[in-house]
Amino acid sequence: MHDTHTIDGHAVAAEHGHAGHGHAKHAPVPHHVFIRVWVALLVLTAVTVAASVGFPGRVGIGVAMVVTPIKAALILMWFMHLKYEKPVFKFMFLSAMVVLAIVMGLTFFDYSFLGEGDYGRSI
Amino acid sequence: MSAVSKPVAAPAAHHEHRDDEGSKTGMWLFLFTEVLLFGGLFIIYAVYRHRFGAEFHEAAHELNKVMGVTNTFVLLTSSLTMVLSVGALHRNQVAASLRWLWATFGLACCFLVIKFFEWSAKHHHGIWPGGEHLHSLPSGEGLFFNLYFMMTGLHGIHVVIGMAVMAVVAARISSGRITADRFGALEYTGLYWHLVDLVWIFLLPLFYLTN
Amino acid sequence: MSGTNTGPAYTGSYLQDYGSRRGLMAWLTTTDHKRIGIMYMVVMFSFFAIAVLLGLLLRLELMNPGLQFVTARVYNSVFTLHGVIMIFLFIVPGIPAVMGNFIPPLHLGADDVSFPKLNLASWYIYMVGALMALTSLFVGGGVPDTGWTFYAPYALRSNTNVSLAVLAAFVLGFSSILTGMNFITTIHRLRAPGMSFFRMPLFCWGLYATAWIQVIATPVVGITLLLVVMERSLGIGFFDPARGGDPILYQHLFWIYSHPVVYVMILPAMGVVSEILPTFSGRTIFGYRAIALSSMAIALVGYVVWAHHMFTTGISDTARWIFSLLTFLVAIPTGIKVFNWMATLYKGSIRIEVPLLYALGFVFLFSIGGLTGLVNGALATDIHVHDTAFIVGHFHYTMFGGAGIGFFAALHYWWPKVWGRSYNKKRALWAWGLIMVGFNTLYFPMLVLGIMGMPRRYADYLPQFHTPHLISTIGSWIIFTGMALMFFNLIRAIRHGEKAPDNPWGGTTLEWQTTSPPPQLNFATPPVVTTGPYDHTALRAAAAAAREARP
Repeated sequence: MHDTHTIDGHAVAAEHGHAGHGHAKHAPVPHHVFIRVWVALLVLTAVTVAASVGFPGRVGIGVAMVVTPIKAALILMWFMHLKYEKPVFKFMFLSAMVVLAIVMGLTFFDYSFLGEGDYGRSI
Repeated sequence: MSAVSKPVAAPAAHHEHRDDEGSKTGMWLFLFTEVLLFGGLFIIYAVYRHRFGAEFHEAAHELNKVMGVTNTFVLLTSSLTMVLSVGALHRNQVAASLRWLWATFGLACCFLVIKFFEWSAKHHHGIWPGGEHLHSLPSGEGLFFNLYFMMTGLHGIHVVIGMAVMAVVAARISSGRITADRFGALEYTGLYWHLVDLVWIFLLPLFYLTN
Repeated sequence: MSGTNTGPAYTGSYLQDYGSRRGLMAWLTTTDHKRIGIMYMVVMFSFFAIAVLLGLLLRLELMNPGLQFVTARVYNSVFTLHGVIMIFLFIVPGIPAVMGNFIPPLHLGADDVSFPKLNLASWYIYMVGALMALTSLFVGGGVPDTGWTFYAPYALRSNTNVSLAVLAAFVLGFSSILTGMNFITTIHRLRAPGMSFFRMPLFCWGLYATAWIQVIATPVVGITLLLVVMERSLGIGFFDPARGGDPILYQHLFWIYSHPVVYVMILPAMGVVSEILPTFSGRTIFGYRAIALSSMAIALVGYVVWAHHMFTTGISDTARWIFSLLTFLVAIPTGIKVFNWMATLYKGSIRIEVPLLYALGFVFLFSIGGLTGLVNGALATDIHVHDTAFIVGHFHYTMFGGAGIGFFAALHYWWPKVWGRSYNKKRALWAWGLIMVGFNTLYFPMLVLGIMGMPRRYADYLPQFHTPHLISTIGSWIIFTGMALMFFNLIRAIRHGEKAPDNPWGGTTLEWQTTSPPPQLNFATPPVVTTGPYDHTALRAAAAAAREARP
């Protein structure tokens, strides 16, 4: 199968737009899948809230930090259709998140290693 | 392989070609910028939480957990109605699609109303950006509330923008400009809306479940 | 003829108006990437001229010790405005907005970018931001005196138009983001049949890496600048020490964008060099894949070095050595490029033309800039040179000697394609010579001054710094003359130059397969690609055949 582009480069509009890349490519996802995802999201939210109320402090925070990314993944993969998209979309999204994570992490090389008082900064 | 022979007269204005995957790529790239925009604020939150952990904890008592959690359920449900709207249009069920879209709009309204009550209550207690009371609090608590207003405020602006876009899209579905064959606009509105939801589900534990 | 299109949009010139709109309106409502590139060029170089004059004023004041022309406060505003215009209005939009708009669709064999209307919107947004920045000159407290970096806490308190300038930068950031989105999508979606990613010209690779930085990094400075406005107007204080805030956090967030943005500035220029060298060496580029991937590597590593701008601010020792180490890493992909460029020239069939001279000038000047970067990246030496004239020299060698000269190279390489006219070669050579001499005369003394201890952003100085300052100012006049001659030459060519052939340089990439200037929709016959971008075999065969044919 050829590359993603039509043969005479400057597209024959209808062919190019529709055949490989219109919405006909993906059949609609059944409703019940989304309902289930929604229920899962509500349940996970309840779990997070219960943990923070029942076990305030480290445990509550820990649960939130684990569960929230799972909720995010559910929204991304199903509601935002990322599960059904080409790998390049997943890769792009992951790259953006990785950059954010790295940047946040590197910032903490400053803040985690400072002394006390006034941010412990000394020139 | 021979090229297809296709002498074409010059198009009148600009040559339009449809590329749904390209449009979707563009939309996702835009979403990345939103992630990084909020990301900057999350970095600030992380730094100050690290520094003022106890005071963040203390200040969080002031926030109304019930309202926060309710709003979370509201937004999660609105994400559902949004995705059902897209699915309906995909199946050429225009009326159903519009109903789900307006349901999303309604839930978004609901979110803003609850937010309004939350913020009014804060204002009533003198907890307001640039306010005297805020200034008199210990630094960490002041920073917590400033972050709260900044992040939920920026998020709220995005909710309002989302609602405006939904209204426009609904009008275009009604007028037949967005159809089952060509519903990118609705789909990308959905992606935007889900991102708004995504940001909120991170805001919930950071602000409302911190104590 | 199979696949050939007819009509003026395919066979005329994009400079002509064929539709219902004519003249200025045809340009202001265009969605043609080539016209948009020209529109960016006109406004950007106008702003560049203003910023150059501001630079000359700075050098004039620094020529002799004492304050002769401006007060210290005005001096601060002058260098702030010089920096704001040069960075936000000129070099960041830079090559991507001008040649990045004009050439890549041609390189890819496409008839435009993925989102032509968004492209026009980007231009208008740029204009709004530019006008906002210039308005800050005339209203209220006047031009900010904070430096282009707007550091907290001074930027939060200065009586000047910080908010307006900062919002202008925010708006300009939007334009940058939209351009980035457009380019990424275009490169993914509109490559001609047969053009895989690794058959794409290296200019496009450079722009691709650049576009990713534009999309990912710009929002961070966007939110940071917004917070400055929030703090000034609503008292929401994240960086105010009086409220427990950390001003250094502002610097972190600012440089998280502003370091990657220097790669936005340089990657397209490196892409230009990668185009020029194969053409004037008559052979393919050495190490295509390495150069392509090194662009992506630079973009990635560029995100993790930002705190090298902050070594003396009081960040933790751990942060210092980690960022120093990471900073050295970024030199590696850059080095790969330079070595591959040299290998391309080696044993090539070299033709000395103006674009090649600018490309070589780039390599020379950027290398100096890069080497001085090592001095800055090493902790022990940075302590001495930070906030001195050495830094000013460093970034001018990289940004001006690199990105700026690269821009001039691009102009000289593609001018015949853009206008269908050739410029005067002799004048161009003179201009180049003056620019090269002027550049080093202007900036090398700064490196010396910095090591001697001359601080940056100071309007006055002690007598021992006089001689290098004097030399530097003379250099500013030389380079100004060179640039004036260069622009005069280029602009004159538009109307009065000889008609240029489709392929004046013997280039192998797709823009040379269409007319000079190209038609509105770029190609009469849509290209199909069967080789890499720098394959000279066809050209060599044609040249051999021509030699055979001669009696």
